[in-house]
Amino acid sequence: MSLVLQTFSSAKDANAALQAPGTRYLGGGTLVVRATNEGDVSTSSLVRVTDPGLSQIAVAGGKVRLGASVTMAAIASHPELAALAPAGRAVGGPAIRNMATVGGNLFAPAPYGDFAVALLALDATVVTEGGETPIETFLAGRDTSRAIVTAVGFSLPTAESFRFLKVSRIKPKGVSVLSIAALLELAADGTVSSARIALGCMADRPIRATAAEKALLGCKLTPREIAPALAAAGEGIAPITDPIASAWYRAEVLPVHLGRLLSN
Amino acid sequence: MAKVPVQFTLNGSEKAEFIESGTTLLNALRDKIGDTSPKGGCHQGTCGACSVIIDGELRLSCLTLAETCNGADIKTTAGLAEGGVLHPLQRAFLDAFATQCGFCTPGMIMAAKVLLDRTPNPSREDVVEALSGNICRCTGYEPIIQAVLVAARANSQNAA
Ligand SMILES: Cc1cc2nc3c(=O)[nH]c(=O)nc-3n(C[C@H](O)[C@H](O)[C@H](O)COP(=O)(O)OP(=O)(O)OC[C@H]3O[C@@H](n4cnc5c(N)ncnc54)[C@H](O)[C@@H]3O)c2cc1C
Ligand code: FES
Ligand code: FES
Repeated sequence: MSLVLQTFSSAKDANAALQAPGTRYLGGGTLVVRATNEGDVSTSSLVRVTDPGLSQIAVAGGKVRLGASVTMAAIASHPELAALAPAGRAVGGPAIRNMATVGGNLFAPAPYGDFAVALLALDATVVTEGGETPIETFLAGRDTSRAIVTAVGFSLPTAESFRFLKVSRIKPKGVSVLSIAALLELAADGTVSSARIALGCMADRPIRATAAEKALLGCKLTPREIAPALAAAGEGIAPITDPIASAWYRAEVLPVHLGRLLSN
Repeated sequence: MAKVPVQFTLNGSEKAEFIESGTTLLNALRDKIGDTSPKGGCHQGTCGACSVIIDGELRLSCLTLAETCNGADIKTTAGLAEGGVLHPLQRAFLDAFATQCGFCTPGMIMAAKVLLDRTPNPSREDVVEALSGNICRCTGYEPIIQAVLVAARANSQNAA
């Protein structure tokens, strides 16, 4: 294996080095180093940034900013991020969570990317040197993106408004059959006034369930009233097939799990 | 291939080596430094046999590049016994028959050690969670879980 690691103190300097062919950014390395161990010779050089700012979590005035190098373990144990802890804990086992970063999760292909599903439901903003991009746009263009992500930002949800579910076959850890995140606002009468639902494993990257979101508006979270939303959940999905589950199976169980997430 | 210097503390002693850039910590420890306690089961992050403790946190040495560990404090299972006396976790693994082929054992013990360092009296669920990234193909896990619980009890009795 011939692999060269280049270390920079700032994302700005590293961005230039990253433009060279065969060069990839190294986050926690759980996917990149895994690929090079497996014989991926398309990567000849890795670039990393040691700026401690990339590992910072800032929570102020209802806004959260997670540096791109913040790990899943740091999120899961942060006292002010309790609403997000289930999504942080959903990634891998303890050692993976100590290494897996927010930045890397944005690029993780399905069945990975559980935390990015949560970020998509939260309508996060992805920060690079070039500016801020809505996460939906970012995910759509991530295959050709060459810029280093430095942070993600979003409004801190309340524990009641944010729901997250990961379904896996092996407990307590295991790769996703699917994951779902939902940000729901309820009016005083208990009907849904706004809904943002994101799905993992329902495409090669996290996607929104926009038809289900629309169908939920004005509904109470009762089995009868959410039924149309569950029926619409499969619109526009193209689930992955892997050793964990087939696309058919994933599509079949999606409404069941969405129903459980919405009605509990 | 250009060699790069790495320097870190391994089980309390200073180590300095020249390694090829891009070498994983697992390969550096085993092939350069001669600590073969971390095992290479999969090199894919899946089995946990290569688990080590870096600056107090459990990590997979197969997915960690050695160069990123400059200045770090690294602990492996090879450093647990003191003066020929086994660490309580090692003792408990032996007594509970939690080791069969032994390939997973160093990783299991590292994962258990970070758990007990933070949670001296873990519940069974805590133990299952802490070991969830480590695969054992021999024991069926139950003896391992029991060994960690026994070691935890031994710890708390010593402390009392
Ligand atoms: C055993 C195992 C179990 C896993 N289980 C799960 C799971 O349950 N759920 C899950 O979601 N994932 C899982 N993963 C996948 C992975 O660990 C996570 O998705 C993790 O968040 C990836 O982050 P990383 O920092 O390790 O990424 P890296 O491997 O460092 O990088 C991944 C990709 O993202 C790019 N990248 C990383 N950071 C940046 C940045 N700041 N700017 C630009 N590009 C960047 C890299 O260049 C690379 O292409 C698992 C992996 C393993 C090995
Ligand atoms: S060798 Fe590192 S997890 Fe298997
Ligand atoms: S004892 Fe053989 S793999 Fe665990």
